[in-house]
Amino acid sequence: MTNSFSEFEKAKLFFLIGTNMTEAHPVASYFVKRAVLKGATLIVADPRKHALARKADIFAQLKVGSDVAFLNGIMYVLITEDLYDKAFVEANCVDFDDLKAKVMEYPPERASEISGVPVETIREIARTMASIKPGMLCYTLGITEHTCGKNNVMSVANLQMLLGNMGVESGGVNPLRGQNNVQGACDMGALPGTYPGYQSVTNPESNAKFAEAWGVDSLPDKFGLMIPDMMAGLATGKVRGFYIFGENLANSEPNIAHVEHELASAEFIVCNDIFPTETTRFAHVILPSAAWCEDDGTYTNSERRVNRVRKIKDAPGQAKPNWWIFKEIARRMGQEWPSNSPQEIWDNEVSMLVPAYAGIKYARIEQDGLQWPCPSIDHPGTKFLHKDGKFARGQGLFKGIEWTPPAEVEDEEYPFVLSTGRRLFHYHTRTQTMRAGLDQILPEETADISPVDATRLDIADSETIKVSSRRGSVKVKARVTDQIPAGLVWMAFHFRDGNANWLTNNVFDPDTKTAEYKACAVKIEKIV
Amino acid sequence: MKKTIFIDGMAVAFDGEKTVLQIARENGIYIPTLCYHPKLGPAGMCRVCVVEVDGMRALQTSCSLMATDGMRIQTASPGVIEARKMVVNLLLANGNHDCLSCEVNGDCELQDAAYHLGIERPAFLVEEQAERDTSAAFIMRDPNKCILCGRCIEGCNRMVVNEVLDFGLRGGHTKVICDADVPMGQSTCVQCGECVQLCPVGALIDKKGIGQARAWEVEKVRTTCPYCGVGCQLELHVKGDQIIRVTGIDGAQPNQGHLCVKGRYGYDFIYSDDRLTTPLIREADGFREATWDEALDLVADKFSQIIAESGPDAIAGVSCARSTNEDSYNMQKLMRGVIGTNNIDHCART
Repeated sequence: MTNSFSEFEKAKLFFLIGTNMTEAHPVASYFVKRAVLKGATLIVADPRKHALARKADIFAQLKVGSDVAFLNGIMYVLITEDLYDKAFVEANCVDFDDLKAKVMEYPPERASEISGVPVETIREIARTMASIKPGMLCYTLGITEHTCGKNNVMSVANLQMLLGNMGVESGGVNPLRGQNNVQGACDMGALPGTYPGYQSVTNPESNAKFAEAWGVDSLPDKFGLMIPDMMAGLATGKVRGFYIFGENLANSEPNIAHVEHELASAEFIVCNDIFPTETTRFAHVILPSAAWCEDDGTYTNSERRVNRVRKIKDAPGQAKPNWWIFKEIARRMGQEWPSNSPQEIWDNEVSMLVPAYAGIKYARIEQDGLQWPCPSIDHPGTKFLHKDGKFARGQGLFKGIEWTPPAEVEDEEYPFVLSTGRRLFHYHTRTQTMRAGLDQILPEETADISPVDATRLDIADSETIKVSSRRGSVKVKARVTDQIPAGLVWMAFHFRDGNANWLTNNVFDPDTKTAEYKACAVKIEKIV
Repeated sequence: MKKTIFIDGMAVAFDGEKTVLQIARENGIYIPTLCYHPKLGPAGMCRVCVVEVDGMRALQTSCSLMATDGMRIQTASPGVIEARKMVVNLLLANGNHDCLSCEVNGDCELQDAAYHLGIERPAFLVEEQAERDTSAAFIMRDPNKCILCGRCIEGCNRMVVNEVLDFGLRGGHTKVICDADVPMGQSTCVQCGECVQLCPVGALIDKKGIGQARAWEVEKVRTTCPYCGVGCQLELHVKGDQIIRVTGIDGAQPNQGHLCVKGRYGYDFIYSDDRLTTPLIREADGFREATWDEALDLVADKFSQIIAESGPDAIAGVSCARSTNEDSYNMQKLMRGVIGTNNIDHCART
C-alpha cells in the first residue's frame, strides 16, 4: 500500500476494485464503512454484489477479466472531458501521450460493451472521482490474479496518477495483501530477482554487498525461477531438489491434478511445516516447525509496518524455529551463520543490509510497529509514499494498456465463468482454521450461483451439484445468492473436497507468473 | 487558551473541548462509568457517572458534560453518592450478577462501581431468570447480567458497522437483540467479538475462555495476528502455556482495538494434537520418525549431491508468507548464499 489504514477513516472517496474486504480483510472494511457513515463516497467495481457493494454510492458490476477496458473507459472520460489533474501530470509524470493514445481506443461505449458496466455509470464514476479529491483506490487479488494481472495493476496506477491522487494522505494505490506476512516475504527477498529490500541480484554492487555480508566468495547473478516454473521443472527433472516452507501447494495452486503430478514427479522434496498437509504427502523429509506464538519475530503488514510477534510457549515435541532449521542446514553445508535469535537476525543483518530498514530495530517496535522506509534511528517511519508526487523512479510513468480477455472464456460446452477467492470464516487451505473451531460456522465448500441460473437449471439452495472444467470436476453444494450475477460461479479453496483448484486454469501472467485464479470456464450440472 | 475547573475544590487546568469525565480521568480522579467507553464517546444512558455542578439544579452525567472555564464540580457529595448507589443497586437488581462464577469477576466495571460505593449485596430482589443464548459459535450471551448500557450496540453499529445488535422491546422488557430478535447463532452476526470486548460486565462472554482462568491469573502479551495482511495487534491473555482469550488493543495501530472472527477466535490451532512434533523421513510405505541430526544431514547431503551433479539451479525453494521476516530472510540466505541459486519465491502475487 502506498498509504495507511489510519487514513481510511478520513478518506473522502474510495474506489474499491477487485477487493471484498468484508471477508478477506474484515478490519479494513470497518474503517471503510465508518468513513461512509461520516459521508465518504464509495465506488465499488466487482463482479459480485458483495456487502460493501451494497453500501456503495456507485456500484459497477463488471464482467470478470474486463478491468483494463473498464478503467480505460473511465480515463477516456477524464481526458476527453478535461477532468484529469493536468498540474500533477505535467509536474510529476511522463509518457502521458502514450496513455492517451491507447485510452482513446476505449470510449465508454466500447468499455461498456466489454465490461458490461453501463456507459452512464462509467461516465458517472469518472466525473465523481474528478470532483472529490483525494480518492483512495484499494484493490486485492481481483486485480492481480489474471493473465493480465500486471496490466491491471498498471491501469489502476494510471488512473490514480491521472487524477493526481498519488503522494497525498487518504489517496494512493493500495493493494491489501492476503497473508499476514506476504509483504514481509517480498521485502526479505524471497523472490527470484531481489535480495532483501528489493536490491537486484543482477546489480553487481548489491551482489558484492551481500556476498561480503554473508562471507561468501560470490552469489548467483541471474534471475531465478518463479513457482510455476519450479514446479514445471519437477516434472522435467530440471529441478531435482525442492524446498517447500509452509505452503500447501497441493491445494492452493491452480489445477490440482496437474500440481500433484508435478509434486509426485519430484526427486527430493523437503517440507517445513506445523501440520501434515496435502503437500507434505509428497515430501521425502518433513521438518516440524515452531508456529505463531512459539517464536519471536516480525511480520510486515500491507501498509509496510513492521510489527512484532512474540513467543508465549515452546513448540511441541521436537519442533524447532524455522530460522534455526535453515541455519542448521547451512552449517551442515559448510557455513556458520552468526545470528542466533530472531532479534539478532533483524537487528544485526536485515536492518544493516536494507537502507529502508536502517532505523527499525526491535527496541523501537515494542509497541506500535514502524512503517518502511525508515532510514535512520530517529526517523518516524513513512505513512504514505511518493509525497509531493516524488516517485521512487523519479517521474511517474504512464503506459497505455491494451485489454486482453482471460485465457479461457465461456463457450457452449463450458458456459459459466468460474471466479475464486476466500471466505470470512476460513483461511486459505484451512490448515489452521479447521483446528480452531471455524468449521462450526462454515463446514464445507459451496458453489455460489445466481438465483436466475438456479431457477433455469432447477437447482435448489444447498442441493449438491457437479461443477466441471476442462481440468476436473467436483461435487459441491450450491449456494444460491443474489451476490452473484447470471453466468458466474464463485468458489473458494478452503476445503479439499469441492476445492476450486480442481477446476482453475494453470495459466499465468507472463511477467509476474500469477495464475488466473479469477477466470476460467466451467459447466454446472444437476445430479439426478 | 488554558481553562480551569475545580473538581472537589481542586483547581485543574485543561485545554480545548473536553468533558468533565475526561478531565477527571486525566487527573486520576475516579468517576465510575458503565455505558461510557473512550472508543465510543459519551452515551449518557446509565447515569452512574453523575456529578454535582455549582449553579445547576440536577445532577449531570460527567461523560457528556462539556467543561467550561471556572466550572465547580463535586464528584463525591452525599447527593452524588446516593444517586450512584441507586443506579448500581437497580442494575444489580435487574439481573443475576453472580460474581462467584462469573467469567469477568475481577475485570468487571459494575463490580468495580459496587465496590467503590460500598455495596455489599443488592438492596432489591433479583428478578426472574432469562435464558442464556449459547447458539453462536464463539460468543455466549447472558441477559441476566446485561445492564442495557448500549455499548455493544454502539460498537456493532458504529465501530465495526456490522449492524446486527439493537435494543428490542420497550420499557421494562427492553433487551439487546440480534437482527429481529433471533438467537445470535441464527443471526447475521459474524462473531467479530467487538461487543464482547466492549461489554462492561459478564453479559457477553468469549465461549472459548469459559472456566479457563480468572482475570487476575492471566499475563497479557502483545503480538500480531497470524491471518490476513492488515496486521492487527492482539493482546493474548495467557495462563501458563494457554491462550485464554484474545482482545484488541485500544488505540494501537493499525486496527485500533478492533478484530475479526479469525483474529479473535482462530488462535487455538497451535494446541492441536495434529501438530508435527518430530522430523519424518519417507520410507517405502510411509514416513518414519527421525532425529534432527539424521534428517538435517540427509537434507544437506542430498542438496550437496544435486549441486555436485546438476549445479545449484537444480534446487528451488518456496518460502512462507505466513511465517516471520526472520525465517524468510534465513531461507533466501540459504538458497543464495549456501546453495548458490536465486530459485527462491513464495506466493507473492496470489
